[in-house]
Amino acid sequence: MLNNASQPILSIRDLHKSYGDNPVLKGINLDIRAGELVFIIGPSGSGKSSLLRCCNVLEPVSSGSIHFDGQDITRPRTDLNAVRQKIGMVFQHFNLYPHMTVLSNIMLALRKVQKLPKAAAEQRALEALSQVNMLERASYYPDQLSGGQQQRVGIARSIALHPKIVLFDEPTSALDPELVSSVLEAMRKLKTMGMTMIVVSHEMGFARAAADRVVFMDGGVVLEQGTPQQIFEQPRHERTQAFISSVTSRH
Amino acid sequence: MNIQGLIFTFLNPEVIGKYYLFILSGMWVTVKVGVAVGATGLTIGFLLAFMRAAGVRTVNVAIIVFADVLRSLPPLVGIILLFFAFPYIGISMSAFAATWLALSLVLAAFAEEIFWAGLRATPKGLMEAGRSTGMSWMQTMWYVVWPHALKLTVPPLTNRVIAIVKGTALGAVVGLAEVLNNAQSATSSAGNATPLMMCAIGSLAIFLPVVLVGRYLERRFR
Repeated sequence: MLNNASQPILSIRDLHKSYGDNPVLKGINLDIRAGELVFIIGPSGSGKSSLLRCCNVLEPVSSGSIHFDGQDITRPRTDLNAVRQKIGMVFQHFNLYPHMTVLSNIMLALRKVQKLPKAAAEQRALEALSQVNMLERASYYPDQLSGGQQQRVGIARSIALHPKIVLFDEPTSALDPELVSSVLEAMRKLKTMGMTMIVVSHEMGFARAAADRVVFMDGGVVLEQGTPQQIFEQPRHERTQAFISSVTSRH
Repeated sequence: MNIQGLIFTFLNPEVIGKYYLFILSGMWVTVKVGVAVGATGLTIGFLLAFMRAAGVRTVNVAIIVFADVLRSLPPLVGIILLFFAFPYIGISMSAFAATWLALSLVLAAFAEEIFWAGLRATPKGLMEAGRSTGMSWMQTMWYVVWPHALKLTVPPLTNRVIAIVKGTALGAVVGLAEVLNNAQSATSSAGNATPLMMCAIGSLAIFLPVVLVGRYLERRFR
């Protein structure tokens, strides 16, 4: 699809979200352009996961709008199943289907949602698996894999549908440190292939190395955003400074 | 030790010869009711749990009331009510139907709770993952959530099915010609306890395979 480079692929306008009486997002405005890797950082409770989960309407929105691919996906009559084929998601706890092999995990949506015949679905699934270097484990079950391997399968499952954007919800937070790099490697590869990515994560090193833009959230609003250099080296807002120093002082 | 006495009273070849067809016909009725109860009870229980998963408040309240009442009700009382009391409100049914219906509803109540527990034990993330790939709620339930939930339900379900299906003997109260009922009347006619022993062996022949199938399913579903 011919995408005007200046038109954002995802456009969030004045987004508000509350859980009952508890406001979690208090007016978010954010544009994501095609091919960007946007990193969202912030203390826990800042609303970053909620924001991510609003992007594919896994969580309902209280007010405001999210325009994806030219359409307001927060409107009630939206065909969310169609929209979600173009928005991939990778979960902190992988959420692989335990009763199916790796290959079947990836093929399920291809067959049932995109209605691909078995051979074509298998082909696409194998392609996705090879992109994350998990081809040799195609016939394994999730419980036979390490966390890092499971997450890479999770990534493959999300990209097999050829989405326009992939959302990453703390993709490495549940992994042992030595398994993190294999997942980051897969994400880096995805970026070089031009995939638009929104990543909520604490992996600051990865943000510095790979992100196009870093967004700092606190208390349900975007406090500051900029290049990794700007945010990590010269944060302007004092809460950003406090957060950056607290996460970098650990190293 | 009085083996000859034992054989005369409980394993009497003459009595066996005279009543074995009668006992077999009773076994056949027991099998028919058992299969019917198993099929209906499990299907209704499954559908109720499925409906409960959809989360409509009024529907859920009705399902919970149904489950609690039917689990508390002694099956025998259910059979008696259906057979003796319902005709007064214009619904009469055979002993077979009364036994089948009462036991099915009781099994459905227990089965719904067991299926529901299986669903509750399934991580929410599986539904989220399925939906995030564009699958509908129904598709995700069918291909992802239920297969996972069902594995957890096999041991308690097989136990419950076996226990309730053995309750077909309660049908004797309303004259159902199932195996125990036949054995008891044969015992009176013969003045000999051999038909009861035949009933015991016949019941084992019916229920032991069910137990073994249950074990096989438990193993197969890890």
